[in-house]
Amino acid sequence: MQQLIFGVLTLASFGFFAFNLRKIAQNIHMGLPLDRSDRKADRWRTMLLVALGQKKMFTRPIPALLHLALYAAFVITQIELIEILVDGISGSHRFFQESLGGFYTFMISFIEVLSVLAFIGTVAFLARRNMLKLPRLNMKELAGWPTQDANLILVFELMLISFIFTMNGADEVLQSYRGNSNGFAISSWLGPILFDGISNHSLHILEQIGWWGHIIMVYTFMNYLPYSKHLHIFMAFPNTYYSKLEPKGQFSNMQSVTNEVKLMLDPNADPYAAPAADAVPSRFGAKDVTDLSWKNLMDAYSCTECGRCTSACPANTTGKLLSPRKIMMDTRDRMVELGDYKRKNGNDTEDGKSLLGNYITEEELWACTSCNSCVQECPVNIDPLSIIMDLRRFLVMEESKVPTELTGMLTNIENNGAPWQFAPTERMNWANED
Amino acid sequence: MSIQVRTMADMMAAGESPDILFWVGCAGSFDDRAKKITKALVKILNHCKVNFAVLGTEESCTGDPAKRAGNEFTFQMQALMNIELLNGYEVKKIVTACPHCFNTLKNEYPGLGGTYEVIHHTQLIQDLINTGKLTLADNGTFKGKKITFHDPCYLGRANDVYEAPRELIEKLDAALVEMKRCKTNGLCCGAGGAQMFKEAEKGNKEINIERTEDAIETSANIIATGCPFCNTMMTDGIKHFEKEEDVKVMDIAELIANAADL
Repeated sequence: MQQLIFGVLTLASFGFFAFNLRKIAQNIHMGLPLDRSDRKADRWRTMLLVALGQKKMFTRPIPALLHLALYAAFVITQIELIEILVDGISGSHRFFQESLGGFYTFMISFIEVLSVLAFIGTVAFLARRNMLKLPRLNMKELAGWPTQDANLILVFELMLISFIFTMNGADEVLQSYRGNSNGFAISSWLGPILFDGISNHSLHILEQIGWWGHIIMVYTFMNYLPYSKHLHIFMAFPNTYYSKLEPKGQFSNMQSVTNEVKLMLDPNADPYAAPAADAVPSRFGAKDVTDLSWKNLMDAYSCTECGRCTSACPANTTGKLLSPRKIMMDTRDRMVELGDYKRKNGNDTEDGKSLLGNYITEEELWACTSCNSCVQECPVNIDPLSIIMDLRRFLVMEESKVPTELTGMLTNIENNGAPWQFAPTERMNWANED
Repeated sequence: MSIQVRTMADMMAAGESPDILFWVGCAGSFDDRAKKITKALVKILNHCKVNFAVLGTEESCTGDPAKRAGNEFTFQMQALMNIELLNGYEVKKIVTACPHCFNTLKNEYPGLGGTYEVIHHTQLIQDLINTGKLTLADNGTFKGKKITFHDPCYLGRANDVYEAPRELIEKLDAALVEMKRCKTNGLCCGAGGAQMFKEAEKGNKEINIERTEDAIETSANIIATGCPFCNTMMTDGIKHFEKEEDVKVMDIAELIANAADL
């Protein structure tokens, strides 16, 4: 009976998770094409260093160490999860314990030690967010759901760890009644402290609560991820693999513009020529998520809202409206909204809303200095600047919404080849002046 | 006093070709403060007998501020015209004292047909010193002075050039002091992304004031920069705090030209 319940639960969990992953993939595919298939070796290296090695986290050593504890515990616990799956399906108890012997004791002990560190890290993260009120974790874009999401993730983690120790601790005391010990690093002393003197029967129930509680939490957490910022635990890997590898200062040259400019500069061009059949430039720049690249959209799913970008942003730190983190959160919210709408009403439908306008304002976009601090800071190589620039391009090239002073600058460049009103003939005057 | 500098057109007419083109940039050509940087660099190049030329009146904006302002059309018009000119002169190598021109020429022109070896002037000066072509006089100009370096975003984060300017400062008889936010963490001066040409959006502080506070905190006597726009922003910041007497804002080229008695 238990095996049957476990089997159904497992299938349902993975099924629902797959269903949501498919939605995520569909949403990312709403973005425009972008070729990131080059330099595979560099990409693997970036992924290993930045995602697996968490290189960029270590610019802030204390949160990096706490995060590392959670991360290591999460990764290594997956090994124990294999046994839980095997036990769940076969009805066995600690399937690998006998065959692996001392190595088994070592592995579980290792997981236990990491879990204790993760517990400490999680408590520290909760305190930092809710008691110390770290500024970057208490900004206005986090009001409401994002803050609940963050706390929920941490509470889930505490529950996961608590269930593991309930299971291992109760098991240890059961063993001790028979004169044995599992010999696991933490539960061999924590178990007796918590549960010594409890009857065999109750211990058995406790052990079962720990086991079932843990696996139910794992499945709950897994299916919570697609709705949460915590999705970064998976997305960090593809997202760093597909990082922009060019220098940060290099902005894309728009091919659609090149085609038009070349036509304008080419004296032999036929002004009445019909556009090529493969010409698709629907609009210049981005108004909505469908005008962004798939990588911009993947970036949005990879953001865990840590706010390092925003705390380093010169505009935000001087009180301007722009927050690179909000740009990423808005992009994700809008993408999910539009994706759901299109799945419901058909792929070619529009809901009349857009990223620019309904989510992001012009004032935010014009506050950016393009300094690349946000890009530099992001621990998973998200590029908010690329989105900001594409939205600016739409404002300027499609809507002619340019701040007045910039109109003057642009006119000067077009008329006299400099952002200020100086004649080109005066360009060499410096050589003859004092 | 006029300064000796040849244009590409002069050189071509004389059947010569320079080893390197000095891309002066709009700030370096028209901005009164930046013109001094241009002249300091030319003095260094002349002193070291570098075979260089400028485009003179043929030079035009790289298009950087247009691109950052979102106007890709104006950018590409400028870029394609400049590339035609540069390719016509068969330019191979370019030096510039403006990180914005540097970034655009180096990174964004190749995709439009203009591929050159582009270096920042601090890299060129570093090379001149390392190869023994330029020696600094022991004139005590900077003795006992503290110098801090403000990283231009388009030199530092944008192109990972952090060391060349610092190595040059260390060659001076002065102490290099770092601001709390430096190198990859360096705070923007507030001018990038076409902000130089507009009022800042509504906020509670100007970015250049925030940055100038970082610099003043180091109690440096000189704020060194490698960008004409950073120079303007930091100079304005120093004026805001009425510290013009105590803190000077200077380009690396000016520091080196002074130290070399040029």
